[in-house]
Amino acid sequence: MTQTLQDLFKRYRRPGDLLFAMLFFAFSLFLLASLPFQTTWVARTGLVAQPAFWPTVSIAVMVLFGGLHLLGGLLSARIPGRLAEVMYWVKSAEYALWFLAYVLILPVVGYLPTTVALSVILTLRLGYRGPRWIVIAAVFGAAVVLVFKGLLGVRIPGGTLYRLIENDALRSFALSYL
Amino acid sequence: MDVFLSGLEMLARFDIALALLIGSIGGVIIGAIPGVGPPVAIAILLPATFALPPLVGLTLLLGIYGSSMFGGALPAILINTPGTAVNALTTYDGHPMARDGNPLRALGLAYGASFVSAVLSILALILLSPLLARIAPMFGSREIFLAALLGIVLVVLAHRGQTFPAGMLAALGIFLATVGLEPVKYTQRFTFGTDTLASGFDLIVVVMGLFALSQAFTLMADPEAAPDTKPIKGSLFRAMLEVFRFKRIAAAGSGFGVLMGMIPGVGEFTAQFLSYTYAQKSSKTPEQFGKGSPEGLVASESANNAVPAAAMIPLLALGIPGEALTAMMLSVFYVHNVVPGPGLFQNQLDLVYALYAALLILNVIVVIFLIFASNWLLQIIRVPTRFLGLAILILSFVGVYTLRNSVSDCVIAAGFGLFGVILKRQNLPVVPIILGMVLGGIMETKLRSAMGRVRSPLDFVDRPIAGFLAAVIVLLIVGHIWGVIRERRRGLPEDAHDHDMHHTQQR
Repeated sequence: MTQTLQDLFKRYRRPGDLLFAMLFFAFSLFLLASLPFQTTWVARTGLVAQPAFWPTVSIAVMVLFGGLHLLGGLLSARIPGRLAEVMYWVKSAEYALWFLAYVLILPVVGYLPTTVALSVILTLRLGYRGPRWIVIAAVFGAAVVLVFKGLLGVRIPGGTLYRLIENDALRSFALSYL
Repeated sequence: MDVFLSGLEMLARFDIALALLIGSIGGVIIGAIPGVGPPVAIAILLPATFALPPLVGLTLLLGIYGSSMFGGALPAILINTPGTAVNALTTYDGHPMARDGNPLRALGLAYGASFVSAVLSILALILLSPLLARIAPMFGSREIFLAALLGIVLVVLAHRGQTFPAGMLAALGIFLATVGLEPVKYTQRFTFGTDTLASGFDLIVVVMGLFALSQAFTLMADPEAAPDTKPIKGSLFRAMLEVFRFKRIAAAGSGFGVLMGMIPGVGEFTAQFLSYTYAQKSSKTPEQFGKGSPEGLVASESANNAVPAAAMIPLLALGIPGEALTAMMLSVFYVHNVVPGPGLFQNQLDLVYALYAALLILNVIVVIFLIFASNWLLQIIRVPTRFLGLAILILSFVGVYTLRNSVSDCVIAAGFGLFGVILKRQNLPVVPIILGMVLGGIMETKLRSAMGRVRSPLDFVDRPIAGFLAAVIVLLIVGHIWGVIRERRRGLPEDAHDHDMHHTQQR
């Protein structure tokens, strides 16, 4: 039998496919329902120049293809392990929260201390133990700050806490490079 | 020739040479670490290049773009884990060959095939460029609109057996590009009255979420899996020369790579498929394919490495990216004040040649680096995976936050990160979303400006290129539907060849 592209790059259905298809379809329907309230049809303007034209087209395609995908999921045999799969999604959300905490604390405490702290705490959270790993994590965090902010000068504002430093030169150095 | 020389002259500066060196070696290292793809690396480094002179920043990121696939072959062969997605086919023959005691031969063939095809494709493009300079101006708004539409159609159809999800995700991408304050009539679209959504979704924020953060979350949520590797003994250079025993396969692979790379939405996977099928059909030992066939390895690596240079064609000549990585490069060009499009080939042909020459030079740098440093690279790919996830998380912040100094961007990226995790777990493709975002924006502007001169629908396709593109789109869709119906009629059971369930789950 001739090989098809799919035989070479196989993509398989996985547990939780039906749930995902349902969520995506529901989201598409929500967008469809919001369409009249979230876009505007402007008077004396051609159809394709209407601001609402492309959102309408894209949402219509989402509903159509999302609906067909859902139908496919409903007609296929169920693969066991849906709950375990959803738990995996929830588990990975923990790290999204770590990321958001980092983003929120950083402008207050400053780039260097927050990055070093996150690197060390998360290293311990991930199960690495011993002084060697703490040093590696701290050095990695500090190196990222020094390379990106100190050396390459990317725009990350200095922490509010840096302003409490009394020595003028040190304060200005910390605000610019750390 | 004068234009080519003036292009070379643009590169003859110390800072550019340094950027090329750092970019190409950095690209190999990034490509070699499974889990850190080149789109992630480019997204992280893009803000860091804001402060550099345009050509220096551009060369640095071009280095990463052109060299990552070389690095990706190393873990594909030695630990059966592709470094970048396009090295997946390399594991089919590269890993069995390495497992059977020939790691040096497998690596040599992979690097040799990559190098030969990269050089062939760049030379082909340098020769093609004057022709392109003549054709590119024939692309007006309607042709560019149709080419972008063709890209969307192709990216959906290329996901055979997954056309529906690919279609809905591409539409999601088009939708995402429309969110925010729309620039012509100044109306709000799907902002829900919030300032956060009024500025829309930035492509790089979405890429960082879907590629980088999702990878970081997955790596940290999965159990630790640091691969174990053994050092390679022998002369890699001599092993690379063996590729010349497979000249025909390497040339065919490069040809497929160049052709497929030039068509938006198609890219490496289709090129590899055609190249691999051709190699297998024309081989004297087709049964060896998938079990360590040198021809299979050469076919795979020569096809994927010819694509980056070829994908620059629609990108530079029309401003249309063919896949996620070139979509990133489009942002890179805009950031560094190079506006891809028909005008570029007419007015700045020397810059185009400079970019091709840079690609050529970086391939030489990479091969020299690999000959001497492959064993050292093996140490790098042994980074414990959960710590790697942490590193990507911390570095992603730089890429997302420094774009617009916006906390909301970080929240959006984290949201897309989680969405990316789910897509990855579901084996659903991410690329249609990215292409939908980029091509959707292009389609909106180009269709609006094209319709100004169009009175009837037939006017839209009355120019030769527009007519040709429209015919190709119609034929592709009809052909796809016909193919599906024919397969149905033949009555093959679902798992006979279009099976969409892993065999471990069927038992």
